[in-house]
Amino acid sequence: MLTESRLQPATYTRTAILLHGVMALLIAGGFSIGLFMVELPLSPLKLQLYSYHKWTGVSVAALLFLRFVWRGLHPPPPLPAGMPGWEASAAHASHLLLYLLMICVPLSGWLMSSAKGVTTVYLGLWALPNAVARDEALGFFLGALHRILTYALLAFVVLHVAAALKHHFIDRDGVLGRMFHLNRSRP
Amino acid sequence: MKTIAIVLSLLLASTCTQAAEYKRVDLSASQIRFTSRQMGVPVDGAFRKFDASVAFDPEAPSAARGQLRIDLSSIDTGVREVDEEVVGAHWFDVKRHPDARFEMRQILPQGGERFQISGTLTLKGVTQPVVLNAVLKRSASQAVMEGSFIIKRLDFGIGGGVWGDVKVVANEVTVQFQLVLRP
Repeated sequence: MLTESRLQPATYTRTAILLHGVMALLIAGGFSIGLFMVELPLSPLKLQLYSYHKWTGVSVAALLFLRFVWRGLHPPPPLPAGMPGWEASAAHASHLLLYLLMICVPLSGWLMSSAKGVTTVYLGLWALPNAVARDEALGFFLGALHRILTYALLAFVVLHVAAALKHHFIDRDGVLGRMFHLNRSRP
Repeated sequence: MKTIAIVLSLLLASTCTQAAEYKRVDLSASQIRFTSRQMGVPVDGAFRKFDASVAFDPEAPSAARGQLRIDLSSIDTGVREVDEEVVGAHWFDVKRHPDARFEMRQILPQGGERFQISGTLTLKGVTQPVVLNAVLKRSASQAVMEGSFIIKRLDFGIGGGVWGDVKVVANEVTVQFQLVLRP
């Protein structure tokens, strides 16, 4: 006799799923705002969008910290048993890079903002310390770094989504279901 | 006899430095800075070019006179895009109003080295009274007068139109000055 709990394959915890979803939305929003705002001529809208973009980045960094702590306390569900070793290694490596980029993108943004002499004030209320002194050349360099890291993050997000869809529609191995609770109906 | 002469001359010298009338502003050593806020973010800047004239004896402040003229196009916020924007018609409109002027009307001693200065500020064709507190730091060869005051930019029509939303760019601007006065 199989119990209900044994029928249900392992999934991420509800908190991990929520953190994943909220961060995905914030990153997509922050990226879209960033892409749009840099092209705008100086205007009140531009100043507002720059602030929203920065607040998004600070939120992502803070949530990422929570996520690390949560992940440490609640290890993710295992990968399917039949998955080839190289595929499991590639999955681990790309997740590690996603995490790394999710911290490096906001970090480089904060450094750039500091170097350009603009303090980041979270939600217009809490000023972050300035990481470096005002330095135009450094600000320019950090701006380029921020852009490169952002596009690297975009590339890995695309890879992440493509891999998830491949597992769901081609391999049909329940990997995506661990995050989206799609496995209930599957035997 | 020699000792008395030295003591006398020292006394005389010290009274002289105490009672000096300051007649000149050392412009290269002086600073006029400001802080504004956009979306809660403090934005600092300075005016690089200004002219000042002064006649101020701290022991007889009622006779003091002073004038300050700031070349608004010399604004330096550290961000070129902002510097170019604020000289435009929405903000300072330097083509029609190239400078800001402060005319001192009165200096009132507040005890010690503190003074209350009142005068008028003319900016973009609007003249408004300004009252501010300043502190004088005297040394042998000079005196540094420091103070700050807050103006409301919209009172002077600075940053109207699309820039009128004070939630984006605050109405209050703090102006800080440090004038080095010399005899």
